[in-house]
Amino acid sequence: MAAIQTSIFTPATSARFDKLATIYPVKRSALVPMLLYAQDEIGYVSDAVVAEISQRLDLLELDVRNVLSYYSMLRTVPAGKYNVQVCTNISCMLRGGFELLDHCKNTLGIGHKETTEDGLFSLEEVECIGACCWAPAVQVNYDFHDDLTPAKMDAVLDAYRARETK
Amino acid sequence: MPTLVSHPDEVKVLSRRFGLGAANIDKYLELDGYKATQQAIANGPEWIINTMKASGLRGRGGAGFPTGMKWSFVPKVSEKPKYILVNGDESEPGTCKDHLIFREDPHSIIEGTIIAGLAVGSKMGFIYLRGEYRYLLNIMEKAVADAYARGFLGKNIFGNQGVDFDIITQTGAGAYEVGEESALMESLEGKRGVPRIRPPFPAVVGLYGGPTVINNAETIANAPHILLMGGEAYAKLGTERNGGTRLFGISGHVERPGVYELPMGYSLRKAIYDVAGGIKGGKQLKAVVPGGASCPILKADEIDIGLDFDQMAKAGTMLGSGGIVVLDETVSIVEFALRTIRFYQHESCGWCIPCREGTDWIKKTLTRFHAGGGTKKDIDNVQYIAENMMGRTFCPLGDAAAMPTLGFVKKFRSEFEEYLAGARPADPLIQITPVGEPEHAGAH
Repeated sequence: MAAIQTSIFTPATSARFDKLATIYPVKRSALVPMLLYAQDEIGYVSDAVVAEISQRLDLLELDVRNVLSYYSMLRTVPAGKYNVQVCTNISCMLRGGFELLDHCKNTLGIGHKETTEDGLFSLEEVECIGACCWAPAVQVNYDFHDDLTPAKMDAVLDAYRARETK
Repeated sequence: MPTLVSHPDEVKVLSRRFGLGAANIDKYLELDGYKATQQAIANGPEWIINTMKASGLRGRGGAGFPTGMKWSFVPKVSEKPKYILVNGDESEPGTCKDHLIFREDPHSIIEGTIIAGLAVGSKMGFIYLRGEYRYLLNIMEKAVADAYARGFLGKNIFGNQGVDFDIITQTGAGAYEVGEESALMESLEGKRGVPRIRPPFPAVVGLYGGPTVINNAETIANAPHILLMGGEAYAKLGTERNGGTRLFGISGHVERPGVYELPMGYSLRKAIYDVAGGIKGGKQLKAVVPGGASCPILKADEIDIGLDFDQMAKAGTMLGSGGIVVLDETVSIVEFALRTIRFYQHESCGWCIPCREGTDWIKKTLTRFHAGGGTKKDIDNVQYIAENMMGRTFCPLGDAAAMPTLGFVKKFRSEFEEYLAGARPADPLIQITPVGEPEHAGAH
C-alpha cells in the first residue's frame, strides 16, 4: 500500500482503514465497507474520499467511482445530518408507507433526495429496508423506526430536533 | 425496535433463543451454545454432511436447494482456499426474518458458519449483511469478537490442534442484486454487484476463485440445531423432502404481523387466519404474495395449500424467502403491480439486456396505465415483455421481475380491463403521474 501521508479522516478512522486493508485475502475487498465508513464520517463520498481510498487500496480512481455509482446508499453530494428514509415497498405501502412519505414531505417541506435549509434533515423514498413485519418503517441514518403513523413520525422527527438543541 | 410475536402453533427450533438475550455469549452458552460445533469437530466432515442431508434442510434464501447436497459438492482437495459465505443481504420485499436472527441469536450464525467450514474443509467464513443492517452488524461484530476471546474462533479452536477458523463480517451498501450469490461474491471482492455466468458453480469456482459454499443466514443458523437434535428428528418436523421448520414473515393486511416459526407444510390459510390473526379490520382477503415480492400472487381461493417448496411449485408459485404479504379487498392490483415493477426496475443491475430493458418498459407502461393513459394492448404488451424476460438472464432477477408481473396480468386481467374502463381505487396509494409529464418513477 502506498503510504498515506496526510489522511482526510480522523486518526481512529484512519487506523481502522489501515487494518481493513489487511484483513481480506484480497485488499480490494475492503472497498465497499471503506466507502460506507468514509461517508459516515465525511457525510458523503467526496472527491477527496475517492482519492484517498483509491490510494489506500491501490486502485484507480475510476475503479472506485465505478463501484461507488452502483450502491444506492453511497452518495456523492452531502445530505442532511439526519437522512430520513421512508420505505414505500409493498409491505410498507399496504400499511401506510406512501402516506408517511407525503407527511414527511409536507412537514419537512422537502422532496425526495432534498435537504432542509438548516441542513438538519434530508428525505429519501427507499426500497425495502427489511422491516416488513413492523411496517410502515423508516430509517433515520442507521436507526430503525417501526410501526409508524404520521403522529408517531412527528415524534420521531421531534426527538432528532431535540438532540440538536441539547 | 421490531417486536417478537408468538403463537401456539409455532415449533421453535431456530427461534428458541429469541427474546432470551442470547446475543450475550454467556447466555448463549447456557442455552446449549457451541455444543454443536464441538460435536462437529469430534465427529468430522462426513458425519456433518450426512446429518445435514438426513435433515432435509433446503436453502432458506428462496431457491430451496438441499443444503447437505450443496456442501457435498465442494471438492475435497483444492489448490485454492475454500470459503464459507453467509448471505445476510436480506432484501426481498416482504422478508425480515434474518433481521431477527442477527439481532436475537448471532452466535447461531457463527456456529453454523464454523460447522459449514468443518464440513467442507474451509478455514475462513464471511458474514455479509445488507448495508441498512448497520445495528445488526454491530451486534454480529461483538458476537464474533466474544467468540475469538473465548477461543471459539481463530487458531486451534476449542483447544483442537490444527483446527482453525476465521470470520470476517461486513455489510453491503444498498443493492438488492447483491443478494444473488454470484453478485454477492463480486461485491465482496470490492466490485459492482453484477452476476457471474454459471457454470462454473461457486462450489467449484467461487470467491477469489476458490471453492465456496454460499448459504442464506437462516440456512446456516439451522445447522447447529440440526446437529444437536439429529437430522432425522429435524426432517420429521416438516413434510416429505421439506425437512424442518421455517421462519415465515407475515406482513401486510393482517391483525398480527410478525415473524413466526412454523413447520414446513403448514397451511397457508391457517398462517394467515390463525397465526397472524386474520385480515386487518375484518375485511376480506383479496390475494397473497406467498414468499417475497418475486413470487407469483395467489388469489383468495388458492390458499388451501401447505407452505413447502413442492406444494407451492405445484400451485404455480414459490415458497421463496418465506415472506407472506397479505392483501385485503381494497388493494388495486394495478397499483400493486406498478409498485412491484418499480422495485425491480430500480434494482436491476443492468448487466443483462432483457432484465434492464424489460423492467424499464414494464414500469413505463404500467406508470402510464396507472395514470389513465392505458390501452388494452398495454396489458398484452406487459405479458409479452415479461414472458420474454423469463430465463434469459445471467441471474434470477429478470425472472423475479417477470414472474410476479405475469401473475398479476394473468390472474387479475379483468381488473386491468376494469381499470381501463374507469374503475379506480377509492383511495389510491400511489401518486398518479399526469400523462405526458416526466414519470414520478418512485423518484429513485
